[in-house]
Amino acid sequence: MNSFLAICESFGSALCMLGRTARYLNTLPRQFPRFIEQCYLIGYTTMPIVTILCFFIGSALAQQSGYSMENFGAKQFIGALVGLSMVRELGPVMVAILVAGRVGSAITAELASMKVYQEVDALVTMDIPPERILVLPRLAAVLVMMPVLTVIANLCGWYGGALVCQYTKSISVDSESYFAVLKRFMAVRDVSDGLLKAEVFGFVVITICCHIGLNTRGGPREIGASLTKAIVTSLIFILVLDYFINEILI
Amino acid sequence: MSTADIAPPSPRPTVGITVAHLTKKFANVTVLNDVSFEVRPGEIFCLMGPSGSGKTVLLKHIVGLEIPTSGQVHIGEFDASDPATRAKVRLAFVFQAGALFNSMTVYDNLALYPREHRLGGEPAIRERVMHALSILSLEKAVAKMPSELSGGMRRRVAIARALVMEPQLLLYDEPTAELDPILGATIIEIIATLREHTAVTSLVVTHDRSLALSIADRVAIIMDGRIRAVGVPEDFKRTTDPAITDFLNPLIDLKHPRFKQLENDHE
Repeated sequence: MNSFLAICESFGSALCMLGRTARYLNTLPRQFPRFIEQCYLIGYTTMPIVTILCFFIGSALAQQSGYSMENFGAKQFIGALVGLSMVRELGPVMVAILVAGRVGSAITAELASMKVYQEVDALVTMDIPPERILVLPRLAAVLVMMPVLTVIANLCGWYGGALVCQYTKSISVDSESYFAVLKRFMAVRDVSDGLLKAEVFGFVVITICCHIGLNTRGGPREIGASLTKAIVTSLIFILVLDYFINEILI
Repeated sequence: MSTADIAPPSPRPTVGITVAHLTKKFANVTVLNDVSFEVRPGEIFCLMGPSGSGKTVLLKHIVGLEIPTSGQVHIGEFDASDPATRAKVRLAFVFQAGALFNSMTVYDNLALYPREHRLGGEPAIRERVMHALSILSLEKAVAKMPSELSGGMRRRVAIARALVMEPQLLLYDEPTAELDPILGATIIEIIATLREHTAVTSLVVTHDRSLALSIADRVAIIMDGRIRAVGVPEDFKRTTDPAITDFLNPLIDLKHPRFKQLENDHE
């Protein structure tokens, strides 16, 4: 019962933090340098790992589906399978997981350390709301960068799949047919649904990480504990939300 | 430039503090118990007490970082626990560890407040920051990161950051803790000179007997979460209260060491 109440309290407190952040939306133009810095951290520094990982996810997906679909004589549809899987599911989910692991953890560690070493208290006493300069630029940046990262993830996954299809002897589907099928079965709605999911995941991950970071109490040991809590909570939320968003979108 | 070439007085009037029947409990532990006292506008008020007596918690109530379990804290006419008070009264808090923003240079640490509150363009802000730095002889540290500073410099930067705010109320948490006697004396001189030239109300939480008795207009002693005595420094020099005498002039008694007494208390 106590755990349930604690979860409800955290949820309410995170919503309150979002409410306070929304009050400072009009100050976003003044936060432009911080917004750009966060765009760099969330987008540019995450891009290499997204590229590599999603390329190989697309490759593995093509490999596995080529092996299975050959039995049904349907290997010419691999392009559609890889394309739709990346756009609707794997792209947004993988990007969200990578952002949680790479950026979310860094955000939690930074904010938790600011809280523990009283930098957040110093902001409060200076009448500078932490939500305005610490949360708002990060949330704005993730909303801008998530679609960009997801598009890159999708493209890398497609090309990874195409390469495998072309150069694996047992599959032998050339790139032209691969992309022709992909294009035939892909609708704009599939892409927009995937991007919408990515936006929701990114927003939730950064909210969780900022909230846990800013509510860290104690000493350096609690910074580590907050980090673990933020990542685990983010991953749970990504996968649970994924199911429910799919339910709504499909 | 020396501490005599000090910042101009704050454009706003100085304010006093009223603490009335303040009680704070964390779970079942009562940290502050019915604390009442008043700090008059423009005075240096020192709050002394042993470790764990509730000094820092009391300071956090005054800046609004803690909410009282019961009782009230007012800064001037405003309720300290109301976040809107910080927009009405300029109060600056010099944290014990400095609480400098580690990801920013010394200059950016000082410029943050005027930038965020739009107190002029960048040239005006630069002038303001450089003036505060020069008061504390920190011009050479302007481009340094907080991690490159010594303990004494960090404390001075924290005071300079408070000065940039042109505060009506300046709160210090253990400003001389962990500093050598010379640096400690320098900080004491800075606090006294700032008050002399800016008439800012100063509340200093300290263990430092020499600081409290040399520059304070009035001193309060807090013990076990209660105010034990309030008075001018002379009152404490001739006090007959054994607890206060023992706190201000602790004698080393190897035949009856204090740690043995602490052990008995725990049993």
